[in-house]
Amino acid sequence: MTGLPLATSWLQSESFIYVLYIIAFALFIQGLRGLAGPTTAVRGNRIAAVGMAIAVVATLLKPSEGEWGLIALGVALGAAVGVPAARNVKMTAMPQMVALFNGVGGGAVFLIAWSEFRRHGSTYGSHTIHIIGNLGTLTITGGAVATYIAVFSVFAAIVGSISFWGSNIAFGKLQEILPGRPITLGPFQQVVNLVLLVLALAAGVDLIAGAHSEALFIGMLVCAALLGNFLVLPIGGADMPVVISLLNAFTGLSAAATGVALNNPALIVAGMIVGASGTILTNLMAVAMNRSIPSIVAGGFGGGGAVAGAEGAGEHAGTVKSVSATDAAIQLAYANKVVIVPGYGMAVAQAQHAVRELTKELEKRGVEVSYAIHPVAGRMPGHMNVLLAEADVPYDQLKEMDDANPEFDRTDVSLVIGANDVTNPAAKNTPSSPIYGMPILEVNNSHSVIVIKRSMNPGFAGIENELYYEPETSMLFGDAKSAVADITAELANI
Amino acid sequence: MLASVLTTNLAILVLAGFIGFVVISKVPNTLHTPLMSGTNAIHGIVLLGGLIVIGLAGNDTFNKVILVIAIMFGTINIVGGFLVTDRMLEMFKSKPKRKDEGTSDGEGDSK
Repeated sequence: MTGLPLATSWLQSESFIYVLYIIAFALFIQGLRGLAGPTTAVRGNRIAAVGMAIAVVATLLKPSEGEWGLIALGVALGAAVGVPAARNVKMTAMPQMVALFNGVGGGAVFLIAWSEFRRHGSTYGSHTIHIIGNLGTLTITGGAVATYIAVFSVFAAIVGSISFWGSNIAFGKLQEILPGRPITLGPFQQVVNLVLLVLALAAGVDLIAGAHSEALFIGMLVCAALLGNFLVLPIGGADMPVVISLLNAFTGLSAAATGVALNNPALIVAGMIVGASGTILTNLMAVAMNRSIPSIVAGGFGGGGAVAGAEGAGEHAGTVKSVSATDAAIQLAYANKVVIVPGYGMAVAQAQHAVRELTKELEKRGVEVSYAIHPVAGRMPGHMNVLLAEADVPYDQLKEMDDANPEFDRTDVSLVIGANDVTNPAAKNTPSSPIYGMPILEVNNSHSVIVIKRSMNPGFAGIENELYYEPETSMLFGDAKSAVADITAELANI
Repeated sequence: MLASVLTTNLAILVLAGFIGFVVISKVPNTLHTPLMSGTNAIHGIVLLGGLIVIGLAGNDTFNKVILVIAIMFGTINIVGGFLVTDRMLEMFKSKPKRKDEGTSDGEGDSK
């Protein structure tokens, strides 16, 4: 009825809008296909963005009632926050940016579900329900079907709320507003989480069964919010890639559920694709750490690991060989093949440009340089690749773990910059180690290893790294950025 | 008839999940961060939900407030997500034909 004043009727016909949605999600899928390679990826992302624009325009052709002022207000506020944030964020801060964007998505989902509940009022979960989307009004009579809608709406509210709060905590930890170490409620953690989950589900079931209490709905949101907090607070920094992926999947699935509740296919398809993506990444990250998803979510790895690490530390009265920047430069200069292994330390020190300078200097001398990247290096999947790409490291120099490992045998020097647990041979040799079985970068197979590290403190897993005590390993203590710059400067003098 | 609309939606849900798995599986590790921020932008599609529902809020002021916030969140998600992904992916385009402080010549492949 309302809508753009000049719109003709066919523009507002449900079939036309539906067709636009189909075009939109076809573009999403085509866009994501572009992400299969770096050369097509930019275009892929833009194709997906065009799809999104089409979906938004299609929706605005015929909103249920034209609340144009409020829509403009919301969009303007969102753009005012989102555009500068996206423009200015440093590549090293990408994990927290993604966490934040993920969180607002989850926030939108639970707010919409809440508003839906308020609107349906007494008909929520009853035998008759009206789905008033922009694809026509469905009036549904019959308990089972109405229940089905309420189930999706409640699911969206719970999962959206968990995702919102969980992502905010993840953001806080990554931004170091909150301490990165695990924060737990001690032995009661699991019990509390379980109770919260049961309470949220019980409230949800009650609502679906037709309890028309908004207090109950809010109670459900609060339980889910607390659960979101308690799920992420105990997660240590090294497990962040898994958690961020998991929260990403949650937001996607909750968006898909919103789509079912609103009878909107664009939401369903987009939400499910994100859900699939998040699930795949979560699984990959968990495999790369040799840990099950439940054990990560149960949390407290850093705490538990630290105890085992303390025991392990005793075994190593072994000597650590320290090396100066000059000696490191000499070793590197006379190598034929150097592999650089970056980790979170490189990101913290913002050392990627310095590393790139070093690489250039070595290449001038005919040294073959490549980068070996562990799947969980950094704080989110692919984190290192983004930083190195920012520093203009050519794509073909970046080697994934499976390609990199066979090459260490014929590598003269491995230069480990701010990576720790992902290089620990204990994962292969010491069955008692908490990280035993985790696939690692086998830098200990190379002829010599130089580790740049601030101190001997263990990494996030809290485990002593056996690599540092190996005879072929030497340590260059210092901040990653200045240490790398020192080596580069020394190289110029050789 | 109504049930068929709902079952159609369920079918879309399931099929979209499978397509998602197939498409996303092809993305290499190297591009996982842009993948994540790109899919992040895509779930900003909940914005549509806010756009559809806000007109139904009637005189419920509180409802309007939370929906404006939801629309704001959705917009942040979409706009921010796509922009940041674009920025990242531009960096992956190797061999700068970009004018700014271009990394001179020496470029990678000395071998």
